[in-house]
Amino acid sequence: MSNKLATLKFEQIKAVKWRDVLIGILMPMVGILFFILLWHTAAPNINTSLGDFPQPKQVFEQWGNLVDEYNTEQEREAVFYDRQEKRNAELLAQDPAAKIDAREFNGRPTFFDKIKTSLVTVLSGFFVASVIAIPLGIVIGLSQPLYSAFNPLIQLFKPVSPLAWLPLVTIVVSAVYVSDSPMFSKSYIISLLTVSLCSLWPTMINTAVGVAGVSKDLINVSRVLRLGWFTHVMKIVLPSAIPMMFTGLRISLGIAWMVLIAAEMLSQNPGLGKFVWDEFQNGSSDSLSRICLAILVIGLIGFLLDRIILLLQTYVNWDKSAVVR
Amino acid sequence: MSQIHLELTRVGIEFPTPKGPFCALQNVDLKIKKGEFVSLIGHSGCGKSTVLNIVAGLYQATTGGVVLNGREVNEPGPERAVVFQNHSLLPWLTAYENVELGVKRVFRGKKTRAEMREWIEHNLELVHMTHAIHKRPDELSGGMKQRVGIARALAMEPQVLLMDEPFGALDALTRAHLQDSLMEIQNELGNTVIMITHDVDEAVLLSDRIVMMTNGPAATVGEILDVTLERPRNRLELADNVEYNHYRSAVLRFLYEKQKKIESIDAKRAEKQLDKDAAGKAKSVA
Repeated sequence: MSNKLATLKFEQIKAVKWRDVLIGILMPMVGILFFILLWHTAAPNINTSLGDFPQPKQVFEQWGNLVDEYNTEQEREAVFYDRQEKRNAELLAQDPAAKIDAREFNGRPTFFDKIKTSLVTVLSGFFVASVIAIPLGIVIGLSQPLYSAFNPLIQLFKPVSPLAWLPLVTIVVSAVYVSDSPMFSKSYIISLLTVSLCSLWPTMINTAVGVAGVSKDLINVSRVLRLGWFTHVMKIVLPSAIPMMFTGLRISLGIAWMVLIAAEMLSQNPGLGKFVWDEFQNGSSDSLSRICLAILVIGLIGFLLDRIILLLQTYVNWDKSAVVR
Repeated sequence: MSQIHLELTRVGIEFPTPKGPFCALQNVDLKIKKGEFVSLIGHSGCGKSTVLNIVAGLYQATTGGVVLNGREVNEPGPERAVVFQNHSLLPWLTAYENVELGVKRVFRGKKTRAEMREWIEHNLELVHMTHAIHKRPDELSGGMKQRVGIARALAMEPQVLLMDEPFGALDALTRAHLQDSLMEIQNELGNTVIMITHDVDEAVLLSDRIVMMTNGPAATVGEILDVTLERPRNRLELADNVEYNHYRSAVLRFLYEKQKKIESIDAKRAEKQLDKDAAGKAKSVA
């Protein structure tokens, strides 16, 4: 009898485990496989001016091509520096006072250089946005009148498309950012500012709402303790606003990444946006597969950025039991 | 006269509502001596908490005022520490840090770092929380949280300790436990305490005086009962004590006879029946 019961229990446990495996691992794979299959069968039926729409296989091949390009470029760079060093050594041997030149290798940016550029640009834009949005959000969250003053502006600028900001930003940056030896390229500054302008708002609003929503009881505690303004903000307001703040930061980073691609296309910042644009202009038989690949990479990076913010949130948040997803 | 420590004179408060001002309290007069334990009791919604909040400085009285040691109270401050009903601990700080927040505020420049630490630990020891000193509120039970809340208030060395239904949200056993702890501490420190409660036994057991409030709106002090039971008090011995039961029934009589708030179910039923009859009649006429 008890044996039977034990088997029954075991069966139940097994069933539960199977369910977990099914839902956690198998189903996502089924989804991806289904998508690839659909893509594979549908693609040959779409005829474009650049040939048939690429199938998954062709897109994957492009990955190999891009890695090869990267390797070739690395080699060229190594050879270039090698040559330069040798030449300089010879010059010095002939005449120790000779003027030697140390030029930097001026190669074409490969796909991976472009990913790096995009990441640097988006993170700096997001950083600038956060540095402005969080303090401002705290201030307007603490004061109802200030909130009322800022709210219409936020609501007005929040829905503006990056493509609308871009011409304005381009012209202003061109006029203001004039330097003989610029530290950053104009295209970088333009992309950065456009990203900041568009990703500012969610963080600001969510921080303000989080700050304004501090529990009345905790505010009373602060009043009874007669905490100073700074201690009040640091010890009571900020910790309770952190979950909302991170919700805002997550939305902001998502927007920043989306905006960046568009901004790079138009400002010619050498990142993933420019990669897509160049392939579009290029119009070779490989272009479509390369654009598809770029889309997949853009999506993957966006996903990873989101995960990083989540990780940061679980690290910073005091409420370790909070479910983040 | 110098014995009077805290004085409420003709305190009244009005809250603005869309239908005009709502008078919650009127002419509340109360004089409290140093070291006295006073309970405020009354039906819910009668403005007990409002009185406490006015003394705490969280609300401003519309008329009258509160004087503590000859100085008018018009803002909150650590010399009138509050133990809140729902503990109100900061969930992101440990028990120690929660107490520390108040201690740092009050004793900055008066105590060294080491002295402060000792003082915080001493206060947590008073409420028997030494074993969970570095735990966050979400790791503590309701009673333990309330203990930390009391420690936080005590650690500020307040002139008056204000307690807003401190044990209201706890189960009966935990409540009894904490009441005993509170009596112990009160015996040791001799704080002036104002406590709000709706528990008659709690009021009689703990208080030197019980202030009974009439029902709102425009609530005020109804009766004041002096409880002259000898201290230290023991709940088991008092259970059969004639005097104790006399005090108890005095408070009960006030609450359920003089300030009866809830009609009995029978009365309500009768009223409903009457309504029904009337409705039936109206129908038959139609």
